[in-house]
Amino acid sequence: MGIHALPIYALHLADNALVLGHRNSEWTGYGPILEQDIALSNIALDQIGQARYLYQHAARLMNEGAAAQGAGGVTPVTEDSLAYGRDAWDFRNCLLAEQANGDWGKTILRQFFFSAWQFFFYEQLQHSRDSELAAIAEKSHKEVIYHLRWSSEWVIRLGDGTAESHSRMGKAMDDLWKYTGELFSPADYERKLSAPGIAVDLAVIRPLWEERVQEVLMAARLGGQRSDWMQTGGKQGRHTEQLGYLLAEMQFLQRAYPNCEW
Amino acid sequence: MPEQQWPLWEVFIRSKQGLDHKHAGSIHAADAAMAMENARDVYTRRMEGVSIWVVESRYIHASNPDESSSLYDPANDKIYRHPTFYDLPDELKHM
Repeated sequence: MGIHALPIYALHLADNALVLGHRNSEWTGYGPILEQDIALSNIALDQIGQARYLYQHAARLMNEGAAAQGAGGVTPVTEDSLAYGRDAWDFRNCLLAEQANGDWGKTILRQFFFSAWQFFFYEQLQHSRDSELAAIAEKSHKEVIYHLRWSSEWVIRLGDGTAESHSRMGKAMDDLWKYTGELFSPADYERKLSAPGIAVDLAVIRPLWEERVQEVLMAARLGGQRSDWMQTGGKQGRHTEQLGYLLAEMQFLQRAYPNCEW
Repeated sequence: MPEQQWPLWEVFIRSKQGLDHKHAGSIHAADAAMAMENARDVYTRRMEGVSIWVVESRYIHASNPDESSSLYDPANDKIYRHPTFYDLPDELKHM
């Protein structure tokens, strides 16, 4: 069972990184000031780099699996075919990652929720029994330390800033909080893989995430009452409409001109 | 209403091989913490450095270019200030 779950798990992690990385890259050239335009583009590049390693791993696993089943003659999958050749229902990213950028505050808050999750997640994944995932986690964790620091400071700066920035952050909280629960509700492929020590047990990192997020939200004067109702589905391929628009733009070139290079 | 601009900061980077911090350029930032992050993001993307200094530009005092003739020209004819001006006796080694 675990053998079939592993490539899906790698895809889930890769999709998270690619989709959020692409969202952040949409700011390139539009950042509020040059320095922050570069900062967020750097983060986008880190994330797309993480996605590449994970897609390469998933592709290797899928091709090995196909070969083992004697499926000769089938075109092998590649990192590119996984990123640019699948449709929305094949993507396994969390809903949080695909949410539209909105204003700078919403983009920052989305990044903060996600970086705080990735920070504790990659910390645990370094101990995965899958040595490739462990190695990717070790490299990625260093990058995420900075993403978390950067986004935390911005959440506090805006939440505890002017009346205008505070109200925009409150709006962003209303928009995004309902997508944070999915980060900790395991899909079937995660359950299958966490018992043998391959996948991260999300129950372990949940309290760590909650404590860190609460700390920053309090400092940002955003620690008020929140709804407990959580939207889920992304990990199973049931997405919000946002993802379709994102993929339409991201995949256009490979769809219109398959295998083109430049 | 005047346009709100964050203060300007000067960035100094020390490379892996270098012993001294060299002026890399300037950035805008609201405070020192943000200046440090902006400097990291703008000036160390291609492995340029292992250490960063930032200082708000208004704390740097510069000499006036218009005064360059009075400040620097008088040194032109003082060649005795260079050690090469002096003849050393042949007996003296290791100089």
